[in-house]
Amino acid sequence: MKKQKLINQIILCTFFSIFCGLIIFPFWLLVSASLSDSASLLETGYRIIPKPLDLSAYGYIMRNPQQILNAYGITFTFSVTSMVFGVLLMAMIAYPLSRSGLKGRNAINFYLYFTMLFSGGLVPTYIIISSVLHLNNTLWVYILPGLISPWYVFMMRTFFAGIPDAIMESARIDGASEYKILFGIVIPLSKPVLATVALFVFLAKWNDWNTALIYITDSKLYSLQYLLQKMVEDINILKENATVSAINDLSKLPTETVRMAMAVVAAGPALIVFPFFQKYFVKGLTVGSVKG
Amino acid sequence: MKKRKRITVRDMQLYSLCIIPMILVFIFNYMPMVGLIIAFKNYKFNLGMFRSQWVGFSNFEFFIKSDVFFQLVRNTLLNNFAFIVFGVMSSVIVAVLLFELTNRNATKIFQTILITPHFLSWVVVAYIVNAILNVNYGYLNQLLGLFGVDAVDWYAKPNAWPPILTLTFIWKNVGMDSVVYYAALMGIDTALFEAAEVDGANKLKRTLHIVIPSLVPLITILTILKIGNIFRADFGLFYTVTQDGASGNLYSTTNVIDTYIFRSFKENASGNSYGLTAAVGLLQSVVGMILVIATNAASKKVDKELGLF
Repeated sequence: MKKQKLINQIILCTFFSIFCGLIIFPFWLLVSASLSDSASLLETGYRIIPKPLDLSAYGYIMRNPQQILNAYGITFTFSVTSMVFGVLLMAMIAYPLSRSGLKGRNAINFYLYFTMLFSGGLVPTYIIISSVLHLNNTLWVYILPGLISPWYVFMMRTFFAGIPDAIMESARIDGASEYKILFGIVIPLSKPVLATVALFVFLAKWNDWNTALIYITDSKLYSLQYLLQKMVEDINILKENATVSAINDLSKLPTETVRMAMAVVAAGPALIVFPFFQKYFVKGLTVGSVKG
Repeated sequence: MKKRKRITVRDMQLYSLCIIPMILVFIFNYMPMVGLIIAFKNYKFNLGMFRSQWVGFSNFEFFIKSDVFFQLVRNTLLNNFAFIVFGVMSSVIVAVLLFELTNRNATKIFQTILITPHFLSWVVVAYIVNAILNVNYGYLNQLLGLFGVDAVDWYAKPNAWPPILTLTFIWKNVGMDSVVYYAALMGIDTALFEAAEVDGANKLKRTLHIVIPSLVPLITILTILKIGNIFRADFGLFYTVTQDGASGNLYSTTNVIDTYIFRSFKENASGNSYGLTAAVGLLQSVVGMILVIATNAASKKVDKELGLF
């Protein structure tokens, strides 16, 4: 019996090792391509092990950092700003909603919930943001739309509602205002859910490419992921009109390996950040998803 | 009397916390809904939202009668249906197997690796898919070459894409989706397992009779909620991963409502088709809303019925 159990465990571990290998493999292919030299990549195609190992793609990025550094700066700025203000503002509205006695609570809940059911859609949103608010080609367009996500507000609300009322009641008796209770008690006690939401907001913004696709034409304001997307589009356009002059232009574009290196550099921070949050977010996700 | 007054002050404090978030939601979610009136207008850029001419339902009529309508609905529904079926199946299997692992450290490492692709942007995923499928350098064609198969230009083969997109979808989401199921399994009362062991149930029986049944309510609810969103396609997946439908070659299987809306928006920068595009969006939103409300009601029914056991 004991032996059988051990064998089962070994089989399971082997299965998951192979499965995880398959999951990582596609990403590894990208990393490997970025470590190859472009001539051998064009000759032999993508390889699991780069042969010969060549760091020139990363060298190229280091020598010509303006464009990518700029996109990094832009992306980092709006990601962090959205994360800080998003979490703060969502906690501010989630706290009143977690208080069962509050009048009008259901109306506010519905006010938020309705935006999950129904939306204006691409074109009306575009007209409002660009023609009415004139936010296109500004950093604000990355930050403000969607800053308040009902889904995350409800996650926080459920978590806040689970905090024992006795703690808040005693603060109330001591004469603390609701602001003080929110910032002094509720927020410090809700680290798992706040960290989870902060991580999700940050990563969603870090990986945001379609905002720029719609609203940004100024190349100085390109987000990191859009920069990558734009390179593919430009190359496809040139390929479609592959005249002699276009082929000359093609050689000016970043090579395959450089683009792969840029993709790795763009994906990197997200992958490095998230394992540190993992202990919070499995907890935050599961607590928050239980309906309140 | 005194007490009631104190509560009002507190209430005011609570309401004041809601003001800024509610204003933001008003501006960025509710104001565009007003803009939906252009779905019923012949929108002209120089006339603007309010002064353009009313045309009733002709934008909707034009769209429903156009050739592309059937294609969009079919592609959106079928692709999403495949994502739901295979996505739920794979994430449940992964969760059950992870649960069977007794070593918690190993579980954690595997889980972390499985979740990783979820945090890659669709653009990076498109790069990765291209590394595998590229006609000249792609890894898949190299593998096929070993078996003597000629290189295939995958970006010109529409029929290959529903499976490719489904695989990509599962690859990106299986880890994250299995977290919820895994958490539900962690909540099973261990006394059940002890009782089963005393009764001489083996591992397989345990899985079939305790583990899987305990997931059924959650699977049902999550599936129903996903069906509610079946008219909404993941724009990133269908637009960048297919390289914009490889400029038209793949539209027959990959053109979905969301990509259609984006393209007709982008191709008419003058704004003359905005009315039509807004009408398509409104149609999608309304049908989506009805489905979500209906499926929500259904899930509540399921939850209560199963909750009786």
